[in-house]
Amino acid sequence: MSLTLGRTALKRTIVVAAVALLTAAGCTPSPSEKPVASPGVEPSGTVEFWHFFTDREAKAIDTVIADFKAKYPKVNVVVKSGQDDTKMLQAIGAGQGPDVGLSYSTDAAGQLCNSSAWIDLKQYVDRDKVDVNKFPETVRNYTEFKGKRCAMPFLADTYGLYYNKTLLAEAGLSGPPKTLTELSDMAKKLTKRKADGTIERAGFLPLSSFYENVPSHLYPMVGAKWLNDDGTSAVGSDPAWKELLKWQKDLVDWYGYDKLEKFRASLGDEWSADNAFHKGQVAMMVDGEFRIAYLRDQAKDVQFGTAPLPMSDSQSSRYGAGYVTGNIMGVSRTAKNPEAAWALVRYLSTDTGAIVKLANLIKNVPTTTEALANPGDLATDPEFKVFIDMFQNPNSVHMPSTAIGPALEETMSKFMQKWQSGSATDLDAGLKGVDEEINKQLQLAG
Amino acid sequence: MAITTVGAPGTTPGAPPARRSAPRWWRARERLTVLSFMAPALIGLALFLVYPLLASVYFSFTKFDLINPPQWVGLRNWTFLLHDPNVRTAATNTLWLVVVMVPARMLGALGTGLLLARSRRGAGIYRTLFYLPALAPPVAATLAFVFLFKPGTGPVNSLLAHVGIEGPLWFNSPQWAKPSLVLLALWGIGDLMIIFLAALLDVPKQLYEAASLDGANAWQQFRAVTLPAISPVLLFAAVTGVIQTLQYFTQAAVAASVASGQATTGGGISSTFGYPENSTFTYPLWLYVVGFRYGALGYANVLAVVLFVVAITVTAILLRRFRTFLGSER
Repeated sequence: MSLTLGRTALKRTIVVAAVALLTAAGCTPSPSEKPVASPGVEPSGTVEFWHFFTDREAKAIDTVIADFKAKYPKVNVVVKSGQDDTKMLQAIGAGQGPDVGLSYSTDAAGQLCNSSAWIDLKQYVDRDKVDVNKFPETVRNYTEFKGKRCAMPFLADTYGLYYNKTLLAEAGLSGPPKTLTELSDMAKKLTKRKADGTIERAGFLPLSSFYENVPSHLYPMVGAKWLNDDGTSAVGSDPAWKELLKWQKDLVDWYGYDKLEKFRASLGDEWSADNAFHKGQVAMMVDGEFRIAYLRDQAKDVQFGTAPLPMSDSQSSRYGAGYVTGNIMGVSRTAKNPEAAWALVRYLSTDTGAIVKLANLIKNVPTTTEALANPGDLATDPEFKVFIDMFQNPNSVHMPSTAIGPALEETMSKFMQKWQSGSATDLDAGLKGVDEEINKQLQLAG
Repeated sequence: MAITTVGAPGTTPGAPPARRSAPRWWRARERLTVLSFMAPALIGLALFLVYPLLASVYFSFTKFDLINPPQWVGLRNWTFLLHDPNVRTAATNTLWLVVVMVPARMLGALGTGLLLARSRRGAGIYRTLFYLPALAPPVAATLAFVFLFKPGTGPVNSLLAHVGIEGPLWFNSPQWAKPSLVLLALWGIGDLMIIFLAALLDVPKQLYEAASLDGANAWQQFRAVTLPAISPVLLFAAVTGVIQTLQYFTQAAVAASVASGQATTGGGISSTFGYPENSTFTYPLWLYVVGFRYGALGYANVLAVVLFVVAITVTAILLRRFRTFLGSER
């Protein structure tokens, strides 16, 4: 018995199968094309909302979602916590995913907008006459990409300096540093070593990748630029980056890289109660305003203060500024119920009561001018007020949005690791390399 | 005198007598029956092997971000591969792991298997003990291992300090991070060990007795009896080991994240990939980052196709080498 197909038939079958497969491969879900309803139509149905928060912060979200449900009784919200950007993008790409997604960082805005994973909200904004000028300029900027409003703000994070008041007082220091030179001097005074030279306490741990010591949180201290006006990388040509990296390396060398690494490796996890600042193992560190809630919850005995980021000597006039980033949310192109999804996005980003409540529960910075003017209990907290002021400071900066998501940050971070350890010695060449790599990625993303 | 063979009318002289062929409809029916039995397997292969493979090759020539339909860009992604510094670092790290980790795991599993094959008392307990780590989920096992080897507070360095040795930085050192991953892999050799043990126990005892009567010492017995007898299992271990290591992802990602102490919440963990100093940055990690974090799925498919070709080539070479080895043994 012959089981072989005829040669011609076999070839034909393969060609047909290949064409069918490749055609199928090219098929991706088309964007949501549901027409925008007339003004005043009451939203209804089920909305799936994905966010990245967990534990205490997730409970806060649930509280505000319950308020939303009370206001819009016809809308049922299914909340899924602990979701990250990558999962969300993959789900949308597969035609699934949430109706409303919450992204961790403004880094993602470019990617989400550029790819149209989130739809342009302009039609909804115009229909409901939402005044986006109620968002501060920084917030307006980081929720748009190339003029396309595909995201709305969901609270913000501002990064400044935390210092341990008790340890500073013990060292005879009266207040936080305002310049990088002061930061280095104070770090040295606050550092405690054992007899064999190993570090017992670091005044300031300058290693890149330690907790929140990532390039984006440090670059405001020297006023560095990420991108040129033409959209290419400015890292290799902006002398401010060299200033930052030299300052960091000098301090690392003062400690000794190996000793510092060993010390870092002995510290607890950033998000655990064993955080080194909670334990008094580092006296000063860069962190976001959310740390206040963790400290008050997990390290009640720590007397801490907060301050704007110290600036380089040449940038001292910019003191008061910090790094601003925000959580952003949008409506997926695969949303099954875009009208109700928009209602939820609108509520969470523009309803002053909801924003203030959420900001107070999560201890994040509110993102509308009205909520900033009356932020509830946050206004009476002197440590938190520092972050609200920094958020509104015109010199505060945020990461530029690009189509390559976190690539700017991650490429720079990798170089900083090599630089601080001494395995990269030519700073100019290294920064040019970062330039080249970022530009190639940008080119690839088109 | 010439002999003439007279065949049946219509047949070629010298050819075997023709069988009566089955009717056409019968052949077609038989073919259909066989195909229908094979259909589940064929459909599975087409859906889960052929389709992804062809789609991957197609996507490698496109600009694709997972959201929008792919756009044909010709050889652009392939050209980028030649100038990508990350792929060089990632491929070098992966190659290092293949060269060191695969033989280390095989030797470790074979050595343990040999010892356990000889053990008489408590053999079951030892076998269970050595196999247990293989049951731990990779993420949990890696987490536990990194904490054991924490330079400042981990028990391993504390023990070393007791005997006057200053332990290295393990997962926090660019020089030690990959060897630490090898140690982690050695800890989990139970899966391989159990296969080797089964093969070792399967070698006929008579062969050892005969070799012993011929005056062969332990090494000669191992070389001439054990190795050839278990060579199919060795080949299996080498091939699957190489393929698994070429796809080494989870342990490298988790170890880097935990060792850096920089757990991120919503941004994913890719910012810590490679820590410290790219020493644990493997090829699949870069494939994942570039595809799913930077949105360049077209280029990620180039990396996937290259990985597939490398895996196939290495497998073919291994199969050939083992055949040669077996040939020389016989």
